[in-house]
Amino acid sequence: MPSQTLKTTALLAIVALLAALVAIESGMFKGSDTAKSEDDDKTKDQKELVVIDPNPFPSTYKALPSAPVLITNVTLLDGRGGRIDGGALLMEGGKIKAVGAALTAPEGIATIDGTGKWLTPGIIDVHSHLGVYAQPQVRGAHEDGNEMSSPVTANVWAEHSVWPQDPAFATALAGGVTALQILPGSANLIGGRSVVLKNVPARSMQGMKFPDAPYGLKMACGENPKRVYGSKGRAPGTRMGNVAGYRAAWIKAAGYKQKWDEYNKKFEAGEDAKAPTRDLELDTLMGVLNGEILVHMHCYRADEMVVMLDVAKEFGYKITAFHHAVEAYKIADYLAENDTCAAMWADWWGFKMEAYDGIQENIPFVANAGACTIVHSDSPSGIQRLNQEAAKALADGNKAGVNFTKAQAWTWLSFNPAKAIGVEEQTGSLEPGKNADVVLWNGDPFSTYTRAEQVYVDGALVFDLNDEAVQPISDFELGQPGEGDI
Amino acid sequence: MKTLNALLACLLLSAPLTLAHAENIAITGGAIHTMSAAGIVENGTVLIEDGKISAVGQNIAIPDGFDVIDASGKWVTPGLMNAATRLGLQEVMMEGSASDHSAQKAPFSAAFDVSYGLNPNSTAIAITRMEGVTRALVLPSTFSFGPGGMNGSLFGGLGALVHLGLGADMLLRPRAVMYVELGALGASKAGGARGAAWVSLLNTLSEVQNYQANQASYAKGWRQDAYTKRLDIEALIPVLDGQIPLLVRAERASDIRQVTKLQDLYPSLRIILFGGKEAWMVTDDLARTGIPVILNPLNNLPEFFESLAATSHNAARLADAGILFAITGGSSGMVEVENARLITQTAGNAVAYGLPWRAALEAITVNPAKIFGIDDQYGALEPGMTADVVVWDGDPLEVMTNADAVIINGEKIPLVSRQTKLRDRYKDLKDASKPFMYR
Repeated sequence: MPSQTLKTTALLAIVALLAALVAIESGMFKGSDTAKSEDDDKTKDQKELVVIDPNPFPSTYKALPSAPVLITNVTLLDGRGGRIDGGALLMEGGKIKAVGAALTAPEGIATIDGTGKWLTPGIIDVHSHLGVYAQPQVRGAHEDGNEMSSPVTANVWAEHSVWPQDPAFATALAGGVTALQILPGSANLIGGRSVVLKNVPARSMQGMKFPDAPYGLKMACGENPKRVYGSKGRAPGTRMGNVAGYRAAWIKAAGYKQKWDEYNKKFEAGEDAKAPTRDLELDTLMGVLNGEILVHMHCYRADEMVVMLDVAKEFGYKITAFHHAVEAYKIADYLAENDTCAAMWADWWGFKMEAYDGIQENIPFVANAGACTIVHSDSPSGIQRLNQEAAKALADGNKAGVNFTKAQAWTWLSFNPAKAIGVEEQTGSLEPGKNADVVLWNGDPFSTYTRAEQVYVDGALVFDLNDEAVQPISDFELGQPGEGDI
Repeated sequence: MKTLNALLACLLLSAPLTLAHAENIAITGGAIHTMSAAGIVENGTVLIEDGKISAVGQNIAIPDGFDVIDASGKWVTPGLMNAATRLGLQEVMMEGSASDHSAQKAPFSAAFDVSYGLNPNSTAIAITRMEGVTRALVLPSTFSFGPGGMNGSLFGGLGALVHLGLGADMLLRPRAVMYVELGALGASKAGGARGAAWVSLLNTLSEVQNYQANQASYAKGWRQDAYTKRLDIEALIPVLDGQIPLLVRAERASDIRQVTKLQDLYPSLRIILFGGKEAWMVTDDLARTGIPVILNPLNNLPEFFESLAATSHNAARLADAGILFAITGGSSGMVEVENARLITQTAGNAVAYGLPWRAALEAITVNPAKIFGIDDQYGALEPGMTADVVVWDGDPLEVMTNADAVIINGEKIPLVSRQTKLRDRYKDLKDASKPFMYR
């Protein structure tokens, strides 16, 4: 758990604290009374600084117990584009200790001979609704992903809808998915906060919550918001209405941020400032403007994505990733210039007008333009086979003369998605020091016939194809006819 | 009195295929998966003449004037068949004006006949066939994404068998199946419970029998107590007679068991089970009644309360029990349009969960041919069969394999679609020589 980021964060906090103490000691703050006797005078003149708790639902995740394991003789894809044939990987203490061609096991360490097998980083799905649209589909009861009561619901957090007993977490795990971002749906212009989870069984959402992962904000372009609200006879009913809606929200957010910035400035200046009244919706939007919350935007059409990049520039935020991005291939160069990822299906198209121009080479063409490329699912079925989706994209690209290797294609499944959800320091690749989120495949994962044989999260075996005792079964499935049947 | 159905039959008699562009083709050097008793013919030749396969085997002399396709090192199979699609009926799923698969506002249901609405220029057809799918069952549906929602009947109407080849007429057989929905869907349509759905279905069938027995009295005036509309009854006569198979959608084991009882009750019905997510639990009943199954092996989630026992092992378990089944799907849905081409992936995934490879390929070739009674003309590479042949650059069930050549009705299919044109237009974003719309 104590990843590099956490260490860095902790270090920065200490540095900041020291700096503050030095500043106080040296009377740097205006109002020398404060500097001299902050205990007495400060409380008299200044109420305590109001700080918005950035983490009121903290992760309680603890890695499952693990023993050191050495896996040898595998075809290893490192998730950064590298490949080692006859490779080996050592996990210890939940971390990747070593990756190489020939590693020798320290005394007494369990060794798995991976001859004929492949080893990769765990798959990360940046677009999932597991838990918020849980199985079985029960009208009303399990529809917790779209707060369709207003086109801007930045105040809602997907984590408050996550049902950890959704049986689809386990089937996704059997497909090698070790982490995932759960998003609100796309009915709203601004749908709310996402949450990043580790795909481990737990009794609570907090027990799955990825420690130190930043929050995301779900936004949506195009047909969905204008259909949902237009059909109710209210705004937005058009694409221009959509854009007016985003801009109005960001104008409010900018005003809110200004109030907080002024308050913090006054407080720092020692004035007895009154904190602005909190607003959950604007808290989140301010988080985006402050660069703390990452924007994930559902958007299909190329021309719309270009408009959204301008909206982002107008208000000074960044769109981390466009999701679905069925027409990303038409503007892949723009995406690369703007450092915005595209999270895509391999070949979904045509199910709605804005998906009509989908092509099977979308993923490789985006990669070929140098833009950050991600394979995503948006589906409890598709999430079980994201490796096959990458395989199709790879094959279609190669056929069209855009040549990538299997090792490069795996960056679309682990490192790039890790980057898009802000956990690339901790996971997404097989590199020493990183979390041991690892999948051992019983063959080439670019084959239809291959299955995840063992899945490790933080070095702990959480799924084993050959051992039913290591196959999680949700409470819902217990005592049902399908119990434990993948 | 001449029935409307008889009139419609005249209108719909599918014209014999006119093969203006049928070529004489020799496919040489490939591993030919004949799907017949001949098994796999290594380094074999397939000869195609006048739209039909004229020879399959090794050491076959290639007559003069044959267009030779070198398939050395490649795999040759029959064209594939997706047994549940809306191909030709739908351009954009959520756009009602571009869909002809449901008629929920029509005053009839069983009589709804999709074959009149088939459009061979639908873009999904070229996208599908260039990846090796050459035939399909086209189904009506009982819902629409547009206004109207579900229709109020258990019956969706009449589906059609089509080919995806060139030419203006894709229809192979109109009224190839009658589609009926039971299970939770049927229950909700019949008033809210399975008990109502079955009463409704059994009543309809008995009304069809009454109508047949008392046509004269029906002709004088529609019986006041008749529940089913005349058009629907007439559409159901050939179903009850066993001329048109009854495709029954049901998922839960107990529902499937009821379907087998229906077969016992009406032995003349040719029932095909569609969906069958829990079919693996009732293989004895399915085997006893000989009801074949059309299923999607990717359906493994407890998606609804009627499919809690859905599993990726369904196909393998049916195969073990000797049940005849066809594999459909594309994504996780049951009835595909856009990605009907992906039956190779769905069949391959069944292999990953224990289905023998050969059985998986059968489930997308000869098995649907048998289920729909067209195995005398399609499904295997044998002399006399319609020439639907695909040359693959590898194992067709592998996701990274491509179809290198596709022949339907003896005609070579251009490997071009709206998607490939979009691909080619935007392939080089750096080329600033002219705007994309001029490319």
